[in-house]
Amino acid sequence: MPFKRYIEIGRVALINYGKDYGRLVVIVDVVDQNRALVDAPDMVRSQMNFKRLSLTDIKIDIKRVPRKSTLIKAMQEADVQGKWDKSSWGRKLIVQKKRASLNDFDRFKLMLAKIKRGGLIRQELAKLKKESAS
Amino acid sequence: MAPKQSRNPELIRGVGKFSRSKMYHKRGLWAIKAKNGGVFPRHDPVAKPSPAAAKPSKFYPADDVKKPLLNKRNPRPTKLRASIAPGTVLIILAGRFKGKRVVFLKQLSSGLLLITGPFKVNGVPLRRVNQSYVIATSTKVDVSGVNFEKFDDKYFAKKVEKKKSKGEGEFFEAEKEEKNVLPQEKKDDQKSVDAALIKSIEAVPDLKTYLAARFSLKAGMKPHELVF
Repeated sequence: MPFKRYIEIGRVALINYGKDYGRLVVIVDVVDQNRALVDAPDMVRSQMNFKRLSLTDIKIDIKRVPRKSTLIKAMQEADVQGKWDKSSWGRKLIVQKKRASLNDFDRFKLMLAKIKRGGLIRQELAKLKKESAS
Repeated sequence: MAPKQSRNPELIRGVGKFSRSKMYHKRGLWAIKAKNGGVFPRHDPVAKPSPAAAKPSKFYPADDVKKPLLNKRNPRPTKLRASIAPGTVLIILAGRFKGKRVVFLKQLSSGLLLITGPFKVNGVPLRRVNQSYVIATSTKVDVSGVNFEKFDDKYFAKKVEKKKSKGEGEFFEAEKEEKNVLPQEKKDDQKSVDAALIKSIEAVPDLKTYLAARFSLKAGMKPHELVF
C-alpha cells in the first residue's frame, strides 16, 4: 500500500511520453512540485514533468546536480544498464522491441519454431500421461 | 559552346563590379573600333531567301478549327521502389495468386515487374505483375545464376488468332478445341529459370517452405506497424 519508489536524487526513471520515449534517465535535481531535472549519458540535461517519468527500482549514489562525467562514472559503477537489462521490466521491453523488428521471413520462422515446440511439449505430456495411467 | 561568361562579376543582384567605361575597356570595344577605322563595324542584315510563292488556299473553313494542345509527354517505365531489387521476395496482393510469396527478377520496359514462383515451389509461373499490387519484403534470394535477359513484354503478349469464318453447325465444337495449351517452349523457359533459383533457395533453411506458404493477416497484426 505505501509507496516504494520515491522521486529522489539518483533515482533511475524511464521516459514514457514524448520525444525521448523509452530512454533511461537519472533524476539529478527537483525543480518544483511537478518537475525534475533529468540527465542521461547521451542526452542534454533537461527538465521534465514527473508525469512523463516512470520510476524504476534502480537508484544510484550521486550528489545533487553532478557533472556529466561524474554522472557517467557513477552510472557505470552501479551498472545501471546491466541491472536494467536483467530486470523483468527491462527484459520485457527488449522482447517487445525484438518482436516489432521481425521481418516477414522471421515471423514465419518463429511460427515454425512455435509449432515444433508445441509438438515436443505434447509428446512429453503424452509420455507422462501414459506413465501415470499405467 | 559553353554559355558566355560575363566579365563583370555581380556584387549584388543588379549591381556589377565594373562601371560602363571600365567594361568598355574590358570588352575591347576600343580595339574593335580601331580595327574598323574609328567606328563600330556595321553588319547589314542578311537577305533572307524569299519564300516560294505559296498558292492561295482553295478552301477556308467557315468556323475556326481548334488546334489540339501540344503534348510533350515523354513516357517512361514506372519508377522502381528502392526496396525492390532483383532477388527480392515480394508478396502479391491481388489476383489469383494473392498472398503468394514470389521472387522478383527484373523490371520490364513497360514498367511491370517480372516474377516467378518458382513454379515448382508455389505454382506461380513466369509472370508480369504491377508494382502497386505488391509488398516488398526485406528477404533476398540470390539470382546471380539465373539468365532472364530474353524475357520482355513481347514474350507475354496474347497470341492473335485469325478469325475463321463462322460455321454455325460446328460453332461449339470448334470453340472447345481451341483451348489454350501452354507451348512446350514456355514450359522449358520456366524450368531453366527455376533450376538455378531453386538451388539458391534451398541453400537457405526454411526459405522453400516460406515461399510455398501464403501470407495472411492474423489477429493482432497491424499492417502499418509490421516490418516486412
